[in-house]
Amino acid sequence: MTEELREGLPFVIQLTVFVLAAWVGIEVISKVPQMLHTPLMSGTNAIHGVVLVGAILVLGAAAGGGFETALGIVAVAFGAANVVGGFVVTDRMLQMFKRRPDPPDGEGR
Amino acid sequence: MDAALRADLIQVAYLVAAFCFILGLRWLSSPRTARKGNLVAAVGMAIALVATVADASVETYVWIALAAVVGGAVGAIVARRVQMTAMPQLVALLNGLGGGAAALIALAEYHRESASHAGESLPPVLAVGVMFSAIVGSISFSGSIVAFAKLQELLPGRPITWPGQKALNAIGAAVALGLAVYASFDIADPLLWVAVAIALVLGTAAVLPIGGADMPVVIAFLNACTGLAAAATGFMLDNTLLIIAGTLVGASGTLLTKLMGDAMNRSLANVLFGAFGGGGAAQATGASGEALPVLEISPSDLAAQLVYARRVSIVPGYGLAVAQAQHPVRELADLLGERGVQVSFAIHPVAGRMPGHMNVLLAEADVPYDQLLEMEEANPEFPQTDVVLVIGANDVVNPAARDDPSSPLHGMPILEVDRAETVIVFKRSMATGFAGIENLLFHDPKTRMLFGDARKSLVQLVQEVQAV
Repeated sequence: MTEELREGLPFVIQLTVFVLAAWVGIEVISKVPQMLHTPLMSGTNAIHGVVLVGAILVLGAAAGGGFETALGIVAVAFGAANVVGGFVVTDRMLQMFKRRPDPPDGEGR
Repeated sequence: MDAALRADLIQVAYLVAAFCFILGLRWLSSPRTARKGNLVAAVGMAIALVATVADASVETYVWIALAAVVGGAVGAIVARRVQMTAMPQLVALLNGLGGGAAALIALAEYHRESASHAGESLPPVLAVGVMFSAIVGSISFSGSIVAFAKLQELLPGRPITWPGQKALNAIGAAVALGLAVYASFDIADPLLWVAVAIALVLGTAAVLPIGGADMPVVIAFLNACTGLAAAATGFMLDNTLLIIAGTLVGASGTLLTKLMGDAMNRSLANVLFGAFGGGGAAQATGASGEALPVLEISPSDLAAQLVYARRVSIVPGYGLAVAQAQHPVRELADLLGERGVQVSFAIHPVAGRMPGHMNVLLAEADVPYDQLLEMEEANPEFPQTDVVLVIGANDVVNPAARDDPSSPLHGMPILEVDRAETVIVFKRSMATGFAGIENLLFHDPKTRMLFGDARKSLVQLVQEVQAV
C-alpha cells in the first residue's frame, strides 16, 4: 500500500467533510445572479484544478516507475493548465464587468 | 523539520486553502466583489500547491516542475489570447483537462496497486474513489472535448444521432461499471483501462447528440462531473482539501445545471437523452400553416422609430455572438441613451451557449451591467416598452412556449416580447430556430423583420440613427 500518500482518515470523517462541503457549496452559491454565471463557472473550473494537488502527490511518489511517471506528468500538465487558465480567464472576464460610470440611482443589483 | 510537525503544517495550509476557496466562491456571487473572490481562490490554490510540494512523500521534483511549467504556461497563454466570443469553448476545454487529470491520477494509483497487490481486492473506500474518478473523470474529459469541438465548429453543432443510441449508451455504462467493480476485486491493470476506454466513448456518445442550444446545461453538468471526480481523488488519496474543493465545485455545477434546466423547463435526463431538435421535435414544424405574412422594415424607418421611442429593450441571443455584433449593439444603445431613450437589455438565462454567456459578451463591449435585466425583471416591463429588438434569439422569445400546449417548447419560461408595442427581429433568413420550431412571433402583426447579418444591420442602423 502507499500509506505515505494518505492521511489515514477514517471513511466517516471523509464522508462528513464531503457532506458539509456540499452543503456549504450550495449555500454559498445559491444566490449568484445570472450575470455572474459564466465567471462562477470558470472560477469553479479553476478550483477543480485542485486535482493538481493529487497529481503532484502521485507524480512525486512515483519512484522512477516509468508508467506512473508518464501518467503523473500528463496529469500535472493538465491540472496546471486547468488551474492557471481558469483563474486567468476568470479574472479577464471579471475586469470587464462594469457599472454605469456615473449612476445617479445608487441601487445596485 | 520533524515529520509530524511538517504534516500538521501541511494540514493547516490545506485548511487555509479551503477557507480561501469558500470565501472566493462567496465573493464570486456578487458583482462588486467577484474579482476579489477569484483572486482569493487563486491565492488559496497557491498555498495548497506550495504545501503539497513540501509533502514528505514528494521525492521527484524535476518532472513536477517541468510538467507544471509547461501546462501552466499553455493555460496562461490560451487564457490571455482567447477571444471573448470563444469563451464557451475555453470553459469546456479547461473542464475537460481537469476531468482528464482526475482520471489519470486514478489510473496511476491503480497501476501502483497492481504492482504490489495484483489479484487482491482494493480496500472499499479506495476502490470507490479510484473507480469513480477514473470513470466520471473520463466521461467528463471526452464529453468536454466533444462540447469544445462542437462550439469551435470542428464538429457540427446540430444533434448527431444514430439508431439505438440510448440502448447502446446504457449497455456501455453497464459494462464500464461492471468492469470497474470487477477491477476493484481483482486488481489487474488492463481491466481499468478497458473501463476507462469505454467511459471515454460514453462521454463522446453522450454529448454528440446534444444540440447547440442545450450547451448551457451540458457545460454546467460537465463542470459538476469534474468537480465530483476531483472530490473522488480526495477519497482515494485521503486528502481533505481535494474532497472539499471538488465537492464545492460539484455542488455549484449541480446547482447551475438545475437552474439551466429550469430555464428550459427540461430535466437533465431530457437534455442528455432527448436529442432535442433531432427526431423528437421535428414534427412540430408541420403544425403551422403555410405562407403566413412576414412584414419587413428598413434600417432607416427603424432608426426613426427608435429615436422617437421612450423605452427600447434589446434581447440578445447566440446569433449576436456568432455575428460578433456586441460592439455595434452597444454603440446603438449609447446613441439612443444620449437622445433620452431608456435602453435596457433583457437576457434569458439560457441565451447563448453557456450559463451567463450574453452577460460576458456584452460586458466585453463595455455595456454596464446595471443595464442588463434578468428575465424576471424584464418581463413586467415589456408592456410599457415601445420597441423590442430581438437580435439573434429565437426559441427564448417564442410565444408558443407559453400559449401552445402542443409545442415541444411548451412550459419553457420565455421573454414575453410580444407584449411590447413593436417587435423588431434581426434574422439572417426565415429559417427556423435551433429546435426546428416555427416561431409565430415572426408573423405577428406588430412584428417587423430586419433580414441580414446582425452586425451589418446594426452598423447600418447606427449610421441611420446618427443621421436622424
